[in-house]
Amino acid sequence: MDELEKRMLKEVAELDSLPVGAFNIRSNGASEARNSTANIQIESRESGDGINVYFKDGTKNESCHIPVIISKTGHKECVYNDFFVGEDCDVVIVAGCGISNCGGHDSQHDGIHTFHIGKNSKVKYVEKHYGEGTGTGKRLMNPTTVVYLEEGATMDMDTSQIAGINDTYRITKAELGPDATLIMHDKILTNFDQTAKAEITVDLNGDGSVCDIVSRGVAKGESEQDVIIDISGNAQCKGHAECDSIIMDKGVIVATPKLKATCVDASLIHEAAIGKIAGEQITKLMTLGLNEQEAEQKIIEGFLM
Amino acid sequence: MLELQNISFHADDKDILKDINLKIDDKFVAITGPNGSGKSTLLKVIMGIITPTSGKIIFDGQDITDLPVNERANLGMSFAFQQPVRFKGLKVIDLLKIAAGPEGTSAQIRSYLKAVGLCPMDYLNREINDTLSGGEMKRIEIAMAAARGGKLSLFDEPEAGIDLWSFQSLIEVFENLRNVTNGNILIISHQERILEIADKIIYLKDGTVDRYDESAKIMDELNMRRKGGCDCAFGQKGVSCNG
Repeated sequence: MDELEKRMLKEVAELDSLPVGAFNIRSNGASEARNSTANIQIESRESGDGINVYFKDGTKNESCHIPVIISKTGHKECVYNDFFVGEDCDVVIVAGCGISNCGGHDSQHDGIHTFHIGKNSKVKYVEKHYGEGTGTGKRLMNPTTVVYLEEGATMDMDTSQIAGINDTYRITKAELGPDATLIMHDKILTNFDQTAKAEITVDLNGDGSVCDIVSRGVAKGESEQDVIIDISGNAQCKGHAECDSIIMDKGVIVATPKLKATCVDASLIHEAAIGKIAGEQITKLMTLGLNEQEAEQKIIEGFLM
Repeated sequence: MLELQNISFHADDKDILKDINLKIDDKFVAITGPNGSGKSTLLKVIMGIITPTSGKIIFDGQDITDLPVNERANLGMSFAFQQPVRFKGLKVIDLLKIAAGPEGTSAQIRSYLKAVGLCPMDYLNREINDTLSGGEMKRIEIAMAAARGGKLSLFDEPEAGIDLWSFQSLIEVFENLRNVTNGNILIISHQERILEIADKIIYLKDGTVDRYDESAKIMDELNMRRKGGCDCAFGQKGVSCNG
């Protein structure tokens, strides 16, 4: 792995060296490094287009890193990663993709992640997407995340697109069984003429199921974001969605909430707000010594934290 | 230290401040006066949040009339808002770190919170959002001003919106601040106990300096006025008090 790839790895997975525990590092379409543990088994799919990751029942306090790096201009891939988490697990999965494109051809990563999370298991999932490069070729990323939560299972997702992705279409779908919980914090920053579309669909199918979806977006330049959060309450359940956005320059954001209840005991709430940075926030930070640009940067940094 | 020369501010066809001339050198100076007398506007003019229509502001011998807010902050001014600003995502520790600057230690940052009666362990990682009460926000605002330190700390009615129970300890915070701070304090207040610990009081009325003298003298006068028939405390309850 060269210096560029190491730096990208640091950006998307905060790794300075090979991680402890299970990992699979994919670079320009090939597995660069892989490690399974006694409890976490990583296998290539027979079709060769991704991996299956198996977590044994009762696996606790273990992690699995699966970062993807693309540094060759024109490289395009569609990868399927399936995660089978047994019962009573408590694990951390760190994904993420970085594209560095200094050439004239578009580079693209489409990652389809499917999680099957067993009874009473907890999964913390962190996913960062990042792009950079001076070439005219675009950096494109289209992640799809599908989550099936069995009884009493919890998924805590922290997903973000930090910078530098020209176009993205992010799809998240989740189905929750009885007493299952989905927590999701999704953050997107777009600039220049970038576009981002995010569709988050949650089906609360089990009694006692809960979801809390928080989406935060910042659109700078002439970029556009389109965020749809769609929650269906099909049982005695609680669903909350919050969609907060900051627009700057000539940015455009469309936030579309959709709630559907098919059970009288479903309780669903949606909050949405779009606006510019409040002038009083900038003034406050200026009283602490920051100039206007630094204050703006700090506010966005905190908003997308 | 601070000199205001012929400061006027005109907005919405009104003269909010009328030819204010003041020299402020004392350690703890309070501004009081009826609602609408221009107190908050005056403090914001000093900090650079509002640009005066005319006049000059001299701070430590330097003309700062045209300096932006952050440059005044970096000259040693700090400002605590009457209604503290909330931020989604930013935490108490984030703002205290900015306020304390690169030399502010973790122990110092914790001490600023302790000084306003908040436990650092409970509050440092709290987001400065709607989950904090008005009283908690006020305390954090004062902690930030204390963390800035500097030559001149400006407080815009810190007691406003505070319940009586919290108010008692807020007075203690200012009594303590008065004793430990190296810089000067300029505070808008209607509260007798804060006015009493001031070295001097500026009494504003209708956008002009009605009285500016030692605290004891002004307090006597205000008490005389009150005994003379006006039942509001220092005129803060509205226009009924004309002195």
